[in-house]
Amino acid sequence: MRTVIFRSIAPYLTSLMVLFSIFVLLRGHNEPGGGFIGGLIAASALAIYGIACGVAPVRRAIYFHPMAIAAFGLFMSGMAGVLSVFASVPYMSGLWIYPHLFGVEIPLSSVLVFDVGVYLVVVGAISSIALALEERDRD
Amino acid sequence: MSASAPGTTFIVLMLPFLAALIAPWLTRRLGHNAAWLLALAPVAIFIHFLGFSADVADGGVVTGGFQWVPSYNVSFSWLIDGLSLTFALLISGIGALIILYSGGYLKGHDQLGRFFSFMLLFMGAMLGVVISDSFLMLFVYWELTSITSFLLIGFDHTREASRRAAIQALVVTGGGGLALLAGLLVIWNITGVSQVSLLLSYGDELRGSPFYLLALFLVLGGAFSKSAQFPLHFWLPNAMEAPTPVSAYLHSATMVKAGVYLLMRLNPVLGDTVWWETILPVFGGATLIVGTLLAIRQTDLKLMLAYTTVSSLGLLVMLTGFGSEHAIAAAVLYLVAHSLFKGGLFMVAGLIDHEAGTRDVTKLGGLRKAMPVTFIAALAGAISMAGLPPFLGFLAKEEIYYALWATDPWSLAFVAIAVIGNGLMFVIGFAVALKPFLGPEVKTPKHAHEGPALLWLGPLTLGAAALVAALISPVTHRFISSPMASAIAGAPETVTISVIPHMGPALILSLVTIAFGIIAYRMLDRLRAGMAWLLSAIGWGPDRGFDQFISGAVRLSVAVTRLVQPGRLDVYMTVTFLMIAAALIGPMAWYGEWPAMPVWPEDAQFHELVVAAIVLIGLAAVIYARDRLTAIVSLGIQGFAVALIFMLFGAPDLSFTQFMVETLAVVILALVMTRLKLHASDHRPTLQKIIDMSVAIACGGGFTLYLLAVTQQPFNTALSDFFAAYSKIVAHGANVVNVIIVDFRGTDTLGEIAVVMVTGLAILSLIRIRTPRSTVADNDPDRRPGQAVVESREVR
Repeated sequence: MRTVIFRSIAPYLTSLMVLFSIFVLLRGHNEPGGGFIGGLIAASALAIYGIACGVAPVRRAIYFHPMAIAAFGLFMSGMAGVLSVFASVPYMSGLWIYPHLFGVEIPLSSVLVFDVGVYLVVVGAISSIALALEERDRD
Repeated sequence: MSASAPGTTFIVLMLPFLAALIAPWLTRRLGHNAAWLLALAPVAIFIHFLGFSADVADGGVVTGGFQWVPSYNVSFSWLIDGLSLTFALLISGIGALIILYSGGYLKGHDQLGRFFSFMLLFMGAMLGVVISDSFLMLFVYWELTSITSFLLIGFDHTREASRRAAIQALVVTGGGGLALLAGLLVIWNITGVSQVSLLLSYGDELRGSPFYLLALFLVLGGAFSKSAQFPLHFWLPNAMEAPTPVSAYLHSATMVKAGVYLLMRLNPVLGDTVWWETILPVFGGATLIVGTLLAIRQTDLKLMLAYTTVSSLGLLVMLTGFGSEHAIAAAVLYLVAHSLFKGGLFMVAGLIDHEAGTRDVTKLGGLRKAMPVTFIAALAGAISMAGLPPFLGFLAKEEIYYALWATDPWSLAFVAIAVIGNGLMFVIGFAVALKPFLGPEVKTPKHAHEGPALLWLGPLTLGAAALVAALISPVTHRFISSPMASAIAGAPETVTISVIPHMGPALILSLVTIAFGIIAYRMLDRLRAGMAWLLSAIGWGPDRGFDQFISGAVRLSVAVTRLVQPGRLDVYMTVTFLMIAAALIGPMAWYGEWPAMPVWPEDAQFHELVVAAIVLIGLAAVIYARDRLTAIVSLGIQGFAVALIFMLFGAPDLSFTQFMVETLAVVILALVMTRLKLHASDHRPTLQKIIDMSVAIACGGGFTLYLLAVTQQPFNTALSDFFAAYSKIVAHGANVVNVIIVDFRGTDTLGEIAVVMVTGLAILSLIRIRTPRSTVADNDPDRRPGQAVVESREVR
């Protein structure tokens, strides 16, 4: 699998896919996409990078252990629901704010935080499985 | 009813928990002297509850609280009447003395702070049990006492005996707690009220209900296990593995009385039936006799006291079961007297152990000169325990005989049980109080001298309290006994007995008891040898039974695990798919509701036919693939074709996801295949191939039929209309699928991603387990020698 072409292309492909996954994640509320799909795309990006260049560079690149990323995502999603405590509404109620940055209205919501959590869980859980499997593959 | 100062009572209920929080920190600063400060918490509680006594003595009932889970009608509420007030005063009063005693007893212990913490946690839990008005709150606190008791019994966790005792106590009392929960829920269901204070008017309804017996048995299961009734008594003597302050507080004065408390509390609504008045006296009486006989057998001061605690609890249950006016008065007096004298005697036993280095009664003697204060405290406890005037124990015993005396055979039997039980308790009381102190001086492991004030303050105060309470009996009755008896009976009652003996059957029975006690005391060594012989002749007891039960449970679970997890992956897969096929096809075959076969669509577009063709080609490729890797990739063709179908029929999100899942599935499957080191090609025998094929066809056919059947039902558009209409307005999102996932059904998604996470962890550990030991051992510096054993067990 580790041909020169594949190894040379893989980093660019991976970065593009990760970028795309974030795009898919953010647009998810109004168009096809969302945290789950975005997470799957990012996970396959990392899997490709792993197959091409080995597991160690991937682990260096993402810095945290993938399981830690997943756990943080789960925590984030759970906490996104807790935010509603401060607005005195039931757990998991969607809250929205519309700050203006450079004259552009940017809708932000607890739902977005939740979706980012979903994204992180999916990326973390799946890539930790894939990386662990690839790791053995090598030796 | 009045609701005064609910805020203060709530703070007071939380006070022990707050004190538990700061106890370790305080102990690091002040050492064992932290006890003086920490004892202020129970003292404050005592004073707070004392403030209710005038109100309660006049028949008042104080309730308070707030809504906890209003949607389920669960409240955090308390009820202060004669019964709970007396218990609260005992818990906080004795609690203050015990905290001080712990400071002296465990002076210099590394984990004294933790010990204080556990003790205070227990105090808070126990207070909660007796104050709770709401059923669920009662249950939560009840289990909390079991858990804190577990922590305290296992405090000396490096000893195997304490760990075993702790687990045993937790299993017995925790299991009983579950029975109690079930019982309370049954009562809740019958009456529709979840508060003790509201329950009183539902007595007849409960007793008349067809579920009365169920509720009764479940509640008794909770009460009997907590209060160590025969044959569940065995955990209590084993719990003596705990440090002595724990034995004095939890396992004599307070926690073990929780069961009795519960019975007393429910007496007005569950009592007064044939079942109640038979089961309780019979079990209580049996416990009384068994407890005292086993106590005779022991030579360890703590164990002697522990077994008499069992028998005292039996006596209390027996009296509660009789339910007559005098029996309840007797139970009240005996309960208070027992808490005072038994707590004190335990502290004396610990004091002797602390100063002399042993608590084996045969190795002690002549300590009266070295430890005069302790001797006085011990005598006070023993006189009260033996039921001699002028202590509270005397009043209790007179009232017991007064209540039991009648000439029918049933009553006479219980009179005999009470006389024998009391006589033997007389023996044990004086054996603990006299044998270590009188006689010639015996050389003890440590040179004995009087302990510090922290240690003798507790027993002496309790002894004095028992004396004063008896001497000023009208005051005691007005503030303690009568209100408590009224609460138990559910109707106003007045207790009148005083220290001055009256001629009558009760006094004669007392004299008989004392005579029996003195004779038995002189024959104690012979009795002990006889009991030892008898017990070894029987050779089996509930304690052994507990071990057999536990090992039986382990064997059963091993057998079940072996049965359902033989460790062969192909068996798991075959069984799983067969079950799926059966679940899909079974109901259709059973009801004969087969779906109508679809007709060939007239208006099939060309590209749709192409997708169908791709599916078929993928299928053929999987079946005829030469090696496994090709088969896996060919399976991916199928998945992509399905994704195309989703796309064509207007589900872009689903299609998108399907593409990604297919890709990742192929990658991961391929990786797994390379790890499994299987043959590249398929080598199944023909028969196996036919079986697998049949299972596959059954499963696939089942899904097809099922989908056909589902799509032939008329489509209910209520949900899709709702989501389509409200997605933009309520959740500000145009993508309905995503809005459902992250907003409308966000909590579901939270659960799902938690599952993803846990699955990831499980798979990760599965992969790690299969890693050969050599590669892990080299690069893991944290690996300790002991871990290898654990891991090899998991692998198997």
